[in-house]
Amino acid sequence: MLSSQNGTAGGRTLPEGEALLSVRGLKKVYHTDGGDIEAVRDLTFDLGHGELVCLVGPSGSGKTTLLKCIAGLLGATSGEVLLDGQKVTGPPKKMAVVFQEYGRSLFPWLRVADNVELPLKNAGVPKAERKKLVDDALEAVGLSHVPKSYPWQLSGGMQQRVAIARAVAYQPEVLLMDEPFAAVDAQTRADLEDLIRNVWKKLGVTVLFVTHDIDESIYLGQRVIILSSSPTVVQEDILIDLPAERDQLETRSLPRFTELRHHVYAEIQKAKQGHRPEEAKTKFLTNPK
Amino acid sequence: MKLLKSISFILALPVLLILWWVAATLGGASFFVPTPADLGKTFIETWVGERMFTDVLPSVQRLVLGVLGAIVLGVLLGLLVGMNRTARAITEPVFEFFRALPPPVLIPVLMLLVGINDGMKIAVIISGAIWPVLLNTIEGVRAIDPVQNETSRSYGISGLARIRYQVLPSATPTIMAGIRQCLSIGLILMVISEMFASSSGLGFAIVQFQRSFAVPEMWSGIVVLGLIGVIMSFIFQWIERRVLRWYNGLKEVENAV
Repeated sequence: MLSSQNGTAGGRTLPEGEALLSVRGLKKVYHTDGGDIEAVRDLTFDLGHGELVCLVGPSGSGKTTLLKCIAGLLGATSGEVLLDGQKVTGPPKKMAVVFQEYGRSLFPWLRVADNVELPLKNAGVPKAERKKLVDDALEAVGLSHVPKSYPWQLSGGMQQRVAIARAVAYQPEVLLMDEPFAAVDAQTRADLEDLIRNVWKKLGVTVLFVTHDIDESIYLGQRVIILSSSPTVVQEDILIDLPAERDQLETRSLPRFTELRHHVYAEIQKAKQGHRPEEAKTKFLTNPK
Repeated sequence: MKLLKSISFILALPVLLILWWVAATLGGASFFVPTPADLGKTFIETWVGERMFTDVLPSVQRLVLGVLGAIVLGVLLGLLVGMNRTARAITEPVFEFFRALPPPVLIPVLMLLVGINDGMKIAVIISGAIWPVLLNTIEGVRAIDPVQNETSRSYGISGLARIRYQVLPSATPTIMAGIRQCLSIGLILMVISEMFASSSGLGFAIVQFQRSFAVPEMWSGIVVLGLIGVIMSFIFQWIERRVLRWYNGLKEVENAV
């Protein structure tokens, strides 16, 4: 089925200095009144410059926790996240996050263009440059016709486009997306997937895209990292050797797409049943909590 | 046409009530209830002229200062307390205590502390009218959406910029509800503060008329108070419509779904 060089157990790492984003032994334990909850056990992987990587995992596998740790919104219990070799201790300037809840992430009291402009204004970008960045970003997501609308006057898909425009205008090196299309309908979703591929190609930004949708992860990604069920480790890290030019109909009907889909699906099923990759299993056995 | 319609809606009930009043006092007014014509005449005689400057305007000025003071202090203090969980836990019981005190009982105390002057009267208005603004601001700030907070954080919007661009706008609907209450409490306290050891102002004048059995004059003073209340309410609604345009639109969309 899947050629052996495609997938590796555990996350891929790059030689030192080559990675843009490095996650090293990341662990996150929530301390609650009902006891400790280990959301993420031990995650290690790298993202190279300009990569588009998707993270899939069964629900409750700590995907959002991982993303928030990478974004500097949550502190890790142990391990670290490095951006350009610098340890992430708070939200870095070179990162932008697109949240799943677009309706709550956009500020309803600001018009579309003002929402996109706010982070730039706050960063002290001069007015003329700001205007250009906002116009270009809205253009890139196909929303140049509604700058004066309020977000809540737009459809869900358009609202998420505004959120993407806001992230793009911020000119991040890394774009983190937390199940951004989970709440939009299937057709809008396909459009937004193509939009992300276009924006990624045009801007050369590095994208980490979290999703629970297997097809989406394969369609979008150059690489897919499959997470195990909680407590989370990397189940498998596979290269998606589909042609770089993706098309909703063509790509999805390729035999290779189906193969990859089968493979990822099987891995996730295994993950759900508690299967863990060899390395993690030994760690688990020798290091019982 | 639309304007004409809304004006007629505003005026319909007042006109009916005045007609009823005319009819009820046709057979000759009682000593305690003047006819509309008498009242109108007295109103103009009493308030258009010197009293406008000795009583009405000073009262309105104190009211405006008191209400603005209550809003500014309430919002500032509310932001400080609302954004800090510890501060909230410490201050909330104390705030409940002070809020429960009827402000008029503070008048003698404030007279001693501040003296018998305009400052005292403004202090009385602030001490009573600040609570709805303060408590609503705290509540509005506390209830901010965590996703909005994460958005601000991830885009490096912090400190004063965060207050200006995120916290304050997000709490505005709750704060405006507090300000609405603040206005009516302010008007009540303006009158009451002038009933104690005072020599001018609307409250003083009305009490003065009561004591000297100047019944139509007393009624006309009450009408002045009512008119001030109506004007305040119109100004407030005008501002609220502008400030909360986004919020009303958002609610409309949410209700339509």
